[in-house]
Order: sequence, then structure tokens, then C-alpha cells
Amino acid sequence: MAEVAQEKKKPVQIDDKIHTWPHLVRNEFLVAIFVTVVLVIWSVGIDAPLEEPANPTRTPNPSKAPWYFLGLQEMLVYFDPWHAGVVLPTLIIVGLMMIPFIDINPNGNGYYTFKERKYEILTFFLGFHVLWVSMIIIGTFFRGPGWNLFWPWQHWDPHKVVALTNVDLPYLLGFRDYRWSAVFGLFCVLAYFVVGIGLFHAWVIRVKGKEFMQRWGPVRFAITAFLFITMLSLPVKMFLRLAFNVKYILVTPWINI
Amino acid sequence: MALNKWEEIKKDIVESHVWRAIFRHGYEDTPRNRVLMVTANVWLHLHPAKVRRHGVRMRFTWCMGGLTFLMFLMTVITGIYLMFYYRPVAEYAYADMKYLEFDMPFGMLMRNMHRWAAHAMVVFVWLHMFRVFLTGSYKPPREFNWIVGVLLLVLTLLLSFTGYLLPWDQLSIWAVTVGSNMARASPLLGHEGPFHELVGANPIYDARAFLFGGGEIGPHTLLRFYILHCIFIPLVASLLMAVHFWRIRRDGFSGPSL
Ligand code: HEM
Repeated sequence: MAEVAQEKKKPVQIDDKIHTWPHLVRNEFLVAIFVTVVLVIWSVGIDAPLEEPANPTRTPNPSKAPWYFLGLQEMLVYFDPWHAGVVLPTLIIVGLMMIPFIDINPNGNGYYTFKERKYEILTFFLGFHVLWVSMIIIGTFFRGPGWNLFWPWQHWDPHKVVALTNVDLPYLLGFRDYRWSAVFGLFCVLAYFVVGIGLFHAWVIRVKGKEFMQRWGPVRFAITAFLFITMLSLPVKMFLRLAFNVKYILVTPWINI
Repeated sequence: MALNKWEEIKKDIVESHVWRAIFRHGYEDTPRNRVLMVTANVWLHLHPAKVRRHGVRMRFTWCMGGLTFLMFLMTVITGIYLMFYYRPVAEYAYADMKYLEFDMPFGMLMRNMHRWAAHAMVVFVWLHMFRVFLTGSYKPPREFNWIVGVLLLVLTLLLSFTGYLLPWDQLSIWAVTVGSNMARASPLLGHEGPFHELVGANPIYDARAFLFGGGEIGPHTLLRFYILHCIFIPLVASLLMAVHFWRIRRDGFSGPSL
């Protein structure tokens, strides 16, 4: 009883530290043994794949990248290689590195909480689970010959005919002149970013308030808005493709988006 | 009586000059000894002597950082075994895989463990990143360690990717071809990328050719990926892991403020 009373008097000096040996080392040791055993059993049971010898003259259909890159390969459906394969991955990596600097919310440092960091967690969830992981799942299980969609139980028919009905957005809207198409496409892309960032701005002010915006600063805001709107461009493009068969929005002799 | 004899022998050994030169302390369960256990051991002293109670719970870390590291160690150990039998030469590489499978004691098991541990490492490193995000452990003062972590994530993927080519079978060359086609499309630096004319990139002189060691995937690519896979990337990753672990100690492990 006396001890309890004493502890209550000085709550500031709580020391919740315990010895690494044995408490932490024991856990690590047990988990390491357990996982090692699982790995060995798994490896005894399931062989690593080895197909026929490499043959540069015989391209398999479909040719799939290793599974952890299938998210990127899946993006190739919606964007050109320079964009899906180089620009977006670079932005993903740079964007991840930016996280500690654009997130100035001091709460939720060192413990699990959803309430105190709703938007941060939802954004991460969108990027990581909804986009990255689900694209890997689609690429792994639902893509067959010709990178066409197949259900897992469907036969992979290499001669499956899929009508190529995709058209560029300017063409869809009646533009026939190349130059005007390009101008219109550029306008659309710029408008997407301007409107997107504008909406994001309005939304931040509404939800977080002016005071927050001031603390956040224009640089952090600009980087976050750019990355966020770019991330959203993937589902937007997917939607345009699946709903309206839109191939490109901006068509120029050099780049297509 | 006999027991006493054993005790005596044990005492002789434990108190001998040689033994005491190697082992500085015994296993008595005293607070002092518990600290020594960690600080006097070069491997364990990656840990602090004491940790906060929540940090030990699996619920907090999911063990994912540590398991990523364990998987890395597994691939290092099994990988060294594989290196004894594998020649990164187009004529031999595939045959060596078969040789490993059918002729080497535990060859197939080592290959399987290497492969599955590598896959597991990719999964674990993503889960680790997810947990670090959820606990907000990248917030000050740990911003830099998050950056080191992202670099480690990229290196983990590259390790897996470069290793994918080495069996030199249909799966590997085509997966790597598809994966590397991105390099061909880099703006400016790839011969199919936008604006490549400005720098004069062409099929045998662009970003992908640099990666492949030639215009096509071939024997030169195999050697290149072998060296990247077995020497260069593991070395860089080890250095970054050292920084990563060091910074965890320096910045303190994250946790709710008291
Ligand atoms: C090869 C890859 C990696 C290894 C071996 C590794 C290893 C570890 C280990 C053992 C810990 C101790 C705590 C724990 O187990 O959770 C840790 C903590 C940490 N890791 Fe990693 N990690 C890797 C990749 C990453 C990545 C990809 C990120 C983030 C993008 C990251 C960010 C962090 C941070 C910020 C901490 C401190 C966590 C805290 O204080 O709560 N690491 N890492």
C-alpha cells in the first residue's frame, strides 16, 4: 500500500525500462528460431522455380517482372514506360523520403493511433494498400497472355482477341488537328494539377484551418499537393481508361501522358 | 562425492586464465550482470542495456525490422554456400543450378532457403515500413532514419531483382528484361525515352546498356548482375544497416511520451 501511494505522488519519474537481457533478447531469440524453422520447413516442401535454360529468341507470353515489380508493370497499362517506369517510381521513392518533412503533426509519435492522424494514415493506406498492393495482386493473378485480364480460373488463351478501342481524349472530344490536340491535352494536364491543387488547398483550409496552413508553409503544401495529386492521377487514368477507353490525354511527338 | 568432483573441475575451468581471458562474466542473474550481458557483447550491444517496456512487445514492432535483418542474414549464409558452386558464366550458370539441385549435399535446400528468404525479406521490409508509419516513428528526431530506411527498401528490391537473373533460365532472363525495359525508356538517358536525341542515347549506349553491359541481355549482363548481387549491393546495404541500427540507438527507440 505504502509503495502505491508513493508512486502516485511522483508520476513524472515513472521508469518503465526493463533489462534488454533477458526480456528483449529472449523474445528476439524465440522469434528468430520460430521463423527459421518455418523457413526451413517451407524450403524443404516447396522448391524454388527453375524453368528451361535461358533462350533470348523465345519470348514467353506473358513476360512478367518479379512479383514485387508487378505494380510498376501494371502501371504500364495506363502510362507510357518513361512515365510509369521511371518518373512515377522516382516520385514514389522521393515521396516516401519526404514523409517526415511534410508531416508536421506532432501527435502519434511512438504509439498507434488512428484518431490523431486520420488523413496521414488514410493517404498511406491509399498509396500502399489500395494502389501498390492491389496492383501487384492484379498483375500476379489476373494478367495472362498479351497482358490481358483473366480470372484465375479462366484458361490462359494466348489467342484471346481484345478489341483495341482505346482513343486519345482530344480525339474523343472531336479534335482532329494534331497541334490543337496537343494544346488541348496540355491544357487538360495543367488544369488537372491546377484544379487538383486548388481543391486540395481549399480542403486543407476547411478541415485544418488557416492557422494550420500558415504553420505548414507554402513549400510543404506545394510538395504535398503535387505528390498527392500525382498519386491520384493513377486511379483517375484507370477510371478514364476503363470507363471511356481513353488512351492518352496529352499527345505530342515527344511524350504522351 | 562425484558431484563435488565435477564442481571442482568446472571451477578449475571457469577460473582458468584462458577462460577468464575470453569470458568476462558469468550468468548470475544480477542487475549488473544483466547489463554486462548486453554491453560486453559485440553483437548484443547493438541494443541498449535497458529498453522501455512497450518496445519489447511484439504488438508494437511486429518484429518486422529484426526479421528483415534475419532474412538478410539467412540469404548471406545460404548465398555463400551457393557461391561455392555457381559460376556466373552463361555456358555454366544453368548447368550449375541443376548440379546444385541434384548433386550437391543440401544444394536444393540452400537454394530454396535463399530464394524464399529473399521473398520474405521483401514482404517483411514492407511490413516494417508500414509499422514504422503507423507508430509515427519517422517523426522527429527519426526523420533521417526513415530516409535510410527508404534507401534500404530500394536496395532490398534491387538485391532481389539482380538475384533473379542468376539461374539463367527463361523465367529469369525475361523477368529481368521486362524489369529493365524501364531503363530503356528513361527520359534523356534511355534510347526509347523522350528527348533521347538530345544526349544521343542509342540502343548500345544508354541507361539500359549501362545496366546490361551491352545492348542486349547476355553473358556480360550475367556477370554484371552477379557482382552487383553478391558484392556491391550487399556491401552498400550492410553499411546502411549499420547506419540504421546506429541511428536507432542514437535517436532512441520511439514510444509514447511518459
Ligand atoms: C533492410 C531493411 C531494414 C532493416 C534490416 C531494418 C531494421 C530495423 C530494426 C531491427 C529496427 C528496430 C525496431 C523494429 O524491429 O521495428 C528498425 C527500426 C526502424 N526502421 Fe528499419 N529496417 C529496414 C528498413 C526500413 C525501412 C524501409 C524503413 C522506412 C521507410 C525503416 C525505418 C525505420 C525507423 C524509422 C526505425 C525506428 C523505429 C522506432 O524508433 O520505433 N527501416 N529497423
